[in-house]
Order: sequence, then structure tokens, then C-alpha cells
Amino acid sequence: MSTQNQIPDEDRPSPAGWRVQLTRFREQKPHLFLLLFMVLIPAFLMPPVTWLTLTISGLAMGLMLFIMASGMTLTFGLMGVLNLGHGAFISLGAFAGATVVAFWLGDYAGSSSMLVNMAAIIPALVFAMAVAGLVGLVFERLVIRPVYGDHLKQILVTVGGSIILMELIHVIWGPNEIPVPRPDSLRGAVIVADTVPLIGGMAVEKYRLVAVVLGLAVYGLMIWVIDRTRVGILIRAGVENTEMVEVQGYRIRLLFLAVFVAGSALAGLGGAMWAMYQEIITAHMGDTLMISVIVVIILGGLGSIRGCFYGAILVGLINLYVGYLEPRLAAVTTVGLMMAVLMWRPQGLIPVIKV
Amino acid sequence: MLNTIFSGDFPRSRILSVMLLAIFVMLALGPFLFPSTRAFSTLGMICIFIIVVASYDVMLGYTHIVSFAHTMFFGIGAYGVAMAVTAMGNTFSAILAGTLAAVAVTIVLSLLLGLLSLRVRAIFFALVTLAVAFAFMTLVNQLYTVTGGEDGLRVRVPRELGPAFRPFDGTLRGFSITTFLSGLFTQPWNLGEVIREAMFDVRITGRDIMYYVTFAFSLTAFLLLLRMMNSPFGRVLQAIRENEFRAEALGYRTVYYRTAVVLVSTVLTTLAGVLFALLNRYVNPENTLNFELMVFILLMCVIGGMGTLYGAVIGVALFMLAENYLQDLLRVLGGYVEGIPLVERLVGPEHWLFWFGLLFVLSVYFFPRGIVGLLRLCSANGARRRAFAADENAREQRESQA
Amino acid sequence: MAEPMLTLSGIRADIDQYHILHGVDLQVPQGELTVLLGRNGAGKSTTLRTIMGLTRVTAGGIRFGGDDITGMPTPQIARKGIAFVPESMGIFGLLTVRENMVLAAINGPIDPARLEWVFTLFPPLKTFWDRSAGNLSGGQKQMLAIARAIIEPRELLLVDEPTKGLAPAIINDLAGAFEELKGQRATILLVEQNFNFSSRLGQSVAVMDDGRIIHSGSMADLAGDEALQQHLLGLSLGAHQ
Repeated sequence: MSTQNQIPDEDRPSPAGWRVQLTRFREQKPHLFLLLFMVLIPAFLMPPVTWLTLTISGLAMGLMLFIMASGMTLTFGLMGVLNLGHGAFISLGAFAGATVVAFWLGDYAGSSSMLVNMAAIIPALVFAMAVAGLVGLVFERLVIRPVYGDHLKQILVTVGGSIILMELIHVIWGPNEIPVPRPDSLRGAVIVADTVPLIGGMAVEKYRLVAVVLGLAVYGLMIWVIDRTRVGILIRAGVENTEMVEVQGYRIRLLFLAVFVAGSALAGLGGAMWAMYQEIITAHMGDTLMISVIVVIILGGLGSIRGCFYGAILVGLINLYVGYLEPRLAAVTTVGLMMAVLMWRPQGLIPVIKV
Repeated sequence: MLNTIFSGDFPRSRILSVMLLAIFVMLALGPFLFPSTRAFSTLGMICIFIIVVASYDVMLGYTHIVSFAHTMFFGIGAYGVAMAVTAMGNTFSAILAGTLAAVAVTIVLSLLLGLLSLRVRAIFFALVTLAVAFAFMTLVNQLYTVTGGEDGLRVRVPRELGPAFRPFDGTLRGFSITTFLSGLFTQPWNLGEVIREAMFDVRITGRDIMYYVTFAFSLTAFLLLLRMMNSPFGRVLQAIRENEFRAEALGYRTVYYRTAVVLVSTVLTTLAGVLFALLNRYVNPENTLNFELMVFILLMCVIGGMGTLYGAVIGVALFMLAENYLQDLLRVLGGYVEGIPLVERLVGPEHWLFWFGLLFVLSVYFFPRGIVGLLRLCSANGARRRAFAADENAREQRESQA
Repeated sequence: MAEPMLTLSGIRADIDQYHILHGVDLQVPQGELTVLLGRNGAGKSTTLRTIMGLTRVTAGGIRFGGDDITGMPTPQIARKGIAFVPESMGIFGLLTVRENMVLAAINGPIDPARLEWVFTLFPPLKTFWDRSAGNLSGGQKQMLAIARAIIEPRELLLVDEPTKGLAPAIINDLAGAFEELKGQRATILLVEQNFNFSSRLGQSVAVMDDGRIIHSGSMADLAGDEALQQHLLGLSLGAHQ
């Protein structure tokens, strides 16, 4: 009796073939797909030790870019404000952080004890965030407030504001580039013991490891805030429908301000970290980094923190891989990656805003 | 006839007309009014950048397309002819080859960018052009074997366009404005002497020919743009700017119009780049592809007045003056604020960009229509007031007669 | 008669360059469900939006519970105790049902007892508690929209066309929910085109046309007077249900 109800073998649907599964993976998780692609292909083009070193360095750069870019993507997603002056905050943070670590607390930075170094680094990072955040507050009130809703004017005034800020950096810190010596305990590399198979003898710069750890911590914190706190719910709701959030009784203008200040502070943090990474800073470093930031946020999808994260890692990795394989093409390849992804996914990898 | 030349788009403001006329005379008679070479090259630059900024205005002001890749097209023209001359020698055929190649590259890139603008929204587009321009500049820097990298390329112009060539012997007489004016202020009683000192000999060389070629191009291109923007084509552009959806609904394929505008704008800019290379005789990434240059173009367009074309003329002239003479002004002002710590440094001549940036931001807030818009507004108000007063007078007369 | 909860006097409002409201005089009595009727384009939604501060008032005044709320910013009006369920429902599709409700509870964590009561009114919300709100059906979204407005006690509920586009069975559920709210002496201003729904629930009624209130009185009177219905709304509503 029961056999009458069974589906004959030849009609039963077969488990999805690997091709279908791959397509599904590519469509639903484009960011992971691309990441896998990005990481695996170069593995065949270079020795494993080099690949691992570059991957870690790429992660470090990517995570610093993520910190810098997250503020801009959130600002655009929530407030619809395109702040082309974001690069100035990066520069500002770099200079503020450098002032602490190279001048004010230079003695602590010079010590070889990691603990004492931290007494210089942590205040430097905090100071960088505070300065950038404060300037961000003033910037939002003075420059951005009057042009809410007008994208064209926003582009214009934020570009102008950026010029003014960078000139102010010139005024305060002088026009020359400033060297930023890395704190002693973070110099040099960690060497993997020779006895470890495959990667024995590999050297990984200590600072890069620190950058990766810090970057992941910031990402984790942001995701936690966005996903699990009431503020995060508010931000996500505001990104979707600002008016309705006000109808619920929330003063979203204050939230805008808070997000903008936080974004600027993050830019400052990224700038300060970058300063110690490059060990030299100029007022216009923000401009060059902005190009990478722009690629990152477009790649990731405007308004999406997760997208920004993956986009940043992709940009960091491609910079390092191509930088090794064919250094002259590094910048072009980064932009090329952005164009390719745009043709494939016009809204970015993990879109939030309907573009 | 004036109507035809100006395509019906008059300055509409007496002050503006005077300013434009002054600029025109200055440019037309340049070699005969300014003996110094610095002034002479500035005039050439003004001619070239009027076209660069005017074609940018056509995109930004008339069609609201924000692009940061404008310098890229300028650089394509400049480098195109520079590389051609370096490879093929300083002949006119080299110049022609370089120009054609540059224009071809420009057309291809413009079409690609146009295609991109279909896929993504305006904000994305602006950012993407920024990234593309940056990538291009890096590429030029990296391929130093053909482009000269950071050092750039020297451009050897054909003999006929160079300083050694004399189209005819003998000299012409020129009249130096600056010497005349300074003489007028210092010794106005000695008018005869002042006039005599202001006269100077002008030897026409190939460089002057080059200058007048540039001037002719600039004038023609500008009038062409004026004609375009005041034609039915231009009206459709404005419709697209105001309400694209509506324009599309009315049956205008906005894609075609947008692409056409971008093509015209970029090709003109490329040609301007070609002339820049020939006039300046030296190209490098900094004077053609730099982001700072892009910002300057933006500044000149906005401060002059977006969507007016005349704004480009005013903006460029103002900017060139500022760049050269603002530093002097700041030096003078610096003398007054000596002693106040931070302010003293701010007013230093090397920070003229700060003040210009401030002016830019303020003008976006308070004079969104730029200088030209402001002048036109004043003029329109004046005209309205005069018309109103005339009406009042007429009415009073009628009443008194009744 | 008790002081009305909400009073609009001579309200004029524009949207861009169009004049929508031409002097609205409306009184919403306390503890009752008042229905705002009128044909499309009469200005009913705009009236609600104006009360909520989303549309700017160019003339006239709005008094709520003794305070003048004309021109107050929207969040402040909401905090005075007015909840608004717009025509578009306004739920946050990217958030879960739970997150939508958490956001709506502006005065602190959600009261579990009250939440249970909301679940009895709208069972699907419990089923889909952790699902993305964008995945709900139309009727379920409407339930969520109303649930958000009542998860905390509010002085006044403004509801804009809740039954639009919904199946009759769902409409029935909504009517039951409103009956319960009425039982709790809530003050409700309901904009509706569905006359059956309105006459079943409404105690007072106001009719709008062309940006003005052209009739106000008790629902019972209007429901019983076909000639009046014909005059005000152009048709006999009873015949069209």
C-alpha cells in the first residue's frame, strides 16, 4: 500500500548539481565568492610564504581602509550626505595622532617595553579620534547642515571644506611631511620558527598583526552596535525611512549628528593608524587614501557596514598582490576591480540603499 | 547680427558686458598690450581654460552631470600631442596625428563613461569618475618610458610656431596698459611722458602666431557652445536637468542627449589640452592631470556662475588674476596683522588657497548663481525698478491731465 | 460635553505649490472613534500628516490635550502621545518584527503583558516575531503597523486607511482589534473609504471635501440618513457595500 504513495526514483528531484550550487553561492554571497576568488588565484602565482605574508599585509591595509571608509558609507546611507571632505578627517587624525606619538609622548614611544609604548599609542589614537570627531561636529553644523538634500551642493561644499581643512593643517603643522617613527615594540617582525612546515622562516611585521587585530575588533564592535543595540536598530530604520523614525518619536537629527561625528572619529582613527604604518605623513595623504575609500564604499555598497568590510579587504588584498606581481598596475587594477564589480552589481556587493 | 553671434544669449547686465568686453579686448590685443612674458603666457592660459571651464559648465551647469574626470581629458590632449611630437619630430603632421589619436581616445573613454552612467546613479558616477581619473594619472606616472613620468615631456613645436620664426620683418607698436596706468597714478601731470614710456616695440614671432591660433579656437569654441546651449538641443538639456523623468516621458531619449553633451564637452577639452601643450611647451602630470587642477576648474565654474557659460570667462579671468596677484595682496595684508600668531600665518601669501576655498564655500551658499548670476540679478532688479518707476510716471501724468 | 482631545481651527496647508487644506475645522472627541470620510483627493491624509507635523501649516492652529502643537517638530508631537499609522504603513522592512516593535516602544522595554494582548489581537506577529518584516503579507504588515502604534498606551491614534487592499477576512480581524481598543476608551481618528467598516466602528464622523470639513456629527445620524449621504458623498453608501 505504501509503495503506491512513493515517488518513483526517476521522478524524484536530484540534489542540486555543483554548478547550480556554485551559481547560487555566487548570487547570494557575492562578497564571499569574490573574496575566495581574490585569495585563491594569487596563491598559484607566487610561493606560499610570499602569499601568506602578502595576505596578512593586505588584511592589515584593508582593515585600516575599512576603519577609514566605514564613517563615509554610514553617513551616506543614513543621512544621504556625500562627504567628499572625509579625506581631510583622515589627514587630521593622522597629524593629531602623530603629534602625540612623535612629540608629546615621544619618550613613551621610544621605550622598548610594549606596555610603555601603549601609554603613548592609546592616547594618540584617542586624541586622533577626539580631534577628528570635534572637527566633524563643527563641520556638520557649519558646512553640511545648510545643504541637506542637495547632492550637487554637498559635493561642492565638502570639496571646498576639504581644501580649507587641509590648508589649516598646513598652517598649524607646516607644509612639510612629518616622519612618524613607529613605537619601538612594534617595530620589526615576528619570525615563524623554521620547524613549522611550509611557512617556516616567514617574517610577519608586528605592526601589521596589531592592525589586523585592532581592525577586527572595531568591525566586531560596529556589527554588535548595528545588530544588537537599540541605536543600531535606529540607524538601520533611519537608513530605510527617516520620516517614519521621527513619527515614532525619535529626534533623528541628533542621530545624524552622532553618526557623522562617529564617522569622522573613525576616519581619524584610521588616519592615525595609517600614520604609524607608513611612518610618514603629509596633509594631502587624505586625498590619495580617499580614492581607495571611494573604491571601497562603492564596491561594498553604500550604507552597508558589512559590504564596506569586504570591500576594504578586497581592495587591501588586491593592492598587495598586484603590488608584488606588477607594481605599476596596482592603482589601475583597484579601480578596474571597482568598474568590473559595478558592471556585475551596480549597487555594490551587499547593497542596502536602492541606487 | 549681434543676435546671431551671441545666439540670443546676451550678457543681460551692463557691468557684465563691460567686464566681458574688457576681457575680450585684453585677449584680442594681448601681445600689443602686455610686454612681459609672464603676462603673455597668462593670457594664453586664460584662452585655453575658458574653453576647459566652459565645456565643464555645459556638463555641470546645464545638465547637472558631475564629473571629476575632466582633467583626464585635458591631459589626454596634452600628452597625445606631446608624445606624438617626441616620437615623430616637431612637424605639423605629428601634431595632427597626436590630436587625432587623442580625440579618438577621448571619444572611446567618453562613450564608456556614458555607458557607466546608465548603470549607476549620479552620485556613484561622480565618485567613479574621480577614481578613474586617479587611475589614469597613476598610469601616466608609472609608464614613464613613454610619458616621462613625473618629469613630464618637453614639447618641441614646429619652427613656424616657435619664438625664432619671424613672419615678417620690422616691428609693430604696442601700448603697455600696466605701464600707462602706473604712470598715470605716479605722475599724471606728465601725460606726454607717460604715454611715450608706455609704448613698446612688438616683434611678431611664431609664439604670437600660436597665441592667435589659440585665441581663435577659444573664441570659436565659445560661440559654438553658446549656439549649442541656446538651440533646441540646449533646451532639452535644461529639461533633463529639471526633471529627467518628465523629459523621458515626453519622448526625448535622455541617454543620447547626455552622451552627446559629454562627447562635445570632452572633445573640446581635449583640443584645449593640445593647444596647452603647444603653448606651454611642457607637460607633466601636475599641470594637466592633478586633482588640484580639477578642483580649480570646479571653483572657476561655480564662482563664475554655473549654467551661464559667461561664468566660465569671468571665473577663469578672476582665478588667473587671483593666482598671480592675490599673493601680493595677502603680502600687503600680512603686514597689517603681523604679531597675531595664527592669523598671521593664515594671511600668508602661500595660503591663498585657503581664502579661495573659503570664497568658494561662501559663494555656494550665498551666490549659488555665481558672479554672473549676481550681476544679472542686480541688473534685472534695476530694470524692474526702472520699468516700475516709468509706469508710475506715466500713470501720474495721466492722472494730472485728467 | 468634555473638552475634545484634538481641535483643528482654520488649518491651511500646502504641499509644494499646491494648496491642499483650505481652512479645516475639526474636533476629535475624547474616548471615541471618529471617522474622517471623503472622496479621493479631499485632503484626508494631508490632515493627518499636518496634525503629525509632517506637512507644514500655513495658517490656523492645532490644540491637543490643552497644548498648542502647531508647528512643533514631529518627534515632539509623537512624544506628546500621538501615534500615527500612515497609508503606506511605514514599517521597516529591513528590520525584524521584533525590532520594529522594540523601536515603537519609546518609553522603555516592551511591557510583556501588553505584548501578549497585542498577540491575541494579531497572532501572526507572534509567529513571525524574528522574521524580516519585509517578508510579511500585506495584511500582516498592516497588523504590525497598528501593533506598533498601540504597544504602548497612547492618547490619540491617527490611522490612515488601514483596510486598503486587504482581504475581507483580514478586515474583519482589524475591526475586532479596533473594537477592543474602543473598549479601552482609546481616542482614535480613522480615515477610511470603506463605509461598512467605518459605520460599524465609528461613533463620530466628519466629512471632508476640497480641503474643508463639510459635515460633522454622529455616525449613527449619517448612517441612517441616505439623503444626507447622497448629498455629502454623492452616493448612497449603504447601497454600495
